[in-house]
Amino acid sequence: MSLVAALGALEIGLVYGLVAIGVFISFRVLNFPDLTVDGSFPLGAAVAAAGILGGIDPFSATLLAVAAGGLAGLVTAFLNIRFGILHLLASILTMTALYSINLRIMGSPNLAIIMEPTVISPFELFGLSGGTIKPIFGFVVVVGAGALVAWYLLTDSGLGMRAAGANPRMARAQGVPTAAMTYFGMALSNALVAFGGALFAQMNGFADITMGTGTIVVGLAAVIAGEAILRPKGIVMAIVACILGSVLYRFAVQFALNAEFIGMNPGDLNLLTAVLVTIALILPGARNPVKALMKKRGSGAPS
Amino acid sequence: MIRLERGRVVFSAGTPLENVALADIDLEIPRGQFVSVIGSNGAGKSTLLNALSGEAPLAGGRVLIDQTDVTTWPASKRAQLVSRVFQDPMLGTCEGLTIEENLAIAAARGGARRPTLALGRGRRAEFREQLAQLGLGLENRLGDRMGLLSGGQRQAVSLLMATLRPAKILLLDEHTAALDPRMSDFVLNLTHRLVEQQQLTTLMVTHSMRQALDFGSRTVMLHEGKIALDVAGAERAALGVDDLVDRFARVRDESLDSDALLLS
Repeated sequence: MSLVAALGALEIGLVYGLVAIGVFISFRVLNFPDLTVDGSFPLGAAVAAAGILGGIDPFSATLLAVAAGGLAGLVTAFLNIRFGILHLLASILTMTALYSINLRIMGSPNLAIIMEPTVISPFELFGLSGGTIKPIFGFVVVVGAGALVAWYLLTDSGLGMRAAGANPRMARAQGVPTAAMTYFGMALSNALVAFGGALFAQMNGFADITMGTGTIVVGLAAVIAGEAILRPKGIVMAIVACILGSVLYRFAVQFALNAEFIGMNPGDLNLLTAVLVTIALILPGARNPVKALMKKRGSGAPS
Repeated sequence: MIRLERGRVVFSAGTPLENVALADIDLEIPRGQFVSVIGSNGAGKSTLLNALSGEAPLAGGRVLIDQTDVTTWPASKRAQLVSRVFQDPMLGTCEGLTIEENLAIAAARGGARRPTLALGRGRRAEFREQLAQLGLGLENRLGDRMGLLSGGQRQAVSLLMATLRPAKILLLDEHTAALDPRMSDFVLNLTHRLVEQQQLTTLMVTHSMRQALDFGSRTVMLHEGKIALDVAGAERAALGVDDLVDRFARVRDESLDSDALLLS
């Protein structure tokens, strides 16, 4: 793997770390299987790209993208809490609606912002090449966001959110307003994912209507891979695991695509990811798929 | 003082399965009283607790706590006045969180849940002291996941969590029913001690006639959503378990008789 390819994988892995943290909040903290992210990731990209092309400065455009993502999360939570629509279905409804909304925002299936100013532009003055500055920028952002989320989940309010997801009846008995916590958590989760989308668009110079496909699976793959490797006990390590999982996943993908003897092309990526996540989910003790896989093999066929 | 006025709870209202779980019950519990509640399955014991805690919305009547009408308060808001321990030890705590995190959730009951770090030196010291009085050695395991504890230990911690902050009434829903006899005794004694210490107004649902008479100063028997027996003082002191079983059977037979009358 060349240095450029490695830096590229690192950069994308770090940006998707934001997606992984978002998915961690909905799936693991709130216990809310949320597919909205397939729509909120391109939503973030669309709002940021359209905003920048419309003359808004890139930082405000990114902030708008984050707010839009939060709103998308609120819609899904509203459909579930207010009308009792199954969470999975509620999130699919929002995701489907977002496809049309993203097209409206962009005005065309894709937007190029490669020549426009972005949130990274101010840092390019330091004399580092774009290939180096982007991973550093991504690292600072994802670690900063991760630290904030970890801190929040250790506060009184954050503990209330974790209780609301893990044991809603107990949470209510202890005075936690579980519905309000779900709204807030879903907004936070999708805001992070949209933030990832906004950064992805600015780092790669484009936004595309199809870029959201499979976001949820990639995010889950990162969360599961991180958990399998770090086996986190506390919340801080769980967040670190999300980021690590996301980066490692990208390296694995890069490696698979580069290794010619496997004969894979980029189009095979979604299949590979889906297969990987499926294996992780169906194995007993899915929290540690690697170990479970080894055990199965050891106790099964004679070696 | 807790007052339930003509409290009515109906499940599946308007369907053929309509079930009146509480039929216009009046119940007044003065401050500091310990009431034990008995009744057969489906008599409305748990529904009575849920009506007071806010989990079961009233179809009629109202709930007053110290003159405040809390009928429309959701369970999470009522939690500032009402604390409870569930029958299922798994239900009272979060198994994925640590012991200290669970206690911190309970420590914030009744207050604002601010975005400030939940666990500081002060709270940890308080938790250690509280856990030490259980005598289970849990004060040295603050950082352990709740899921590592046995059912009895978890129920003891649940009880501690329910009494960590003041409440106008403590609701106990057959909180020893799922435990082995030794642990059940332990949790009952702990209940007795905590209630005495803090002079708590308590409503305890139980399946055991023995427990119903041994604990507290008043016993209420529910049947088909109504209060079938309400004894306290000398009358209650004179009652033995056999008398209670007799009364229990009589109440049930009476209702069977009226059914028979209806059917004949």
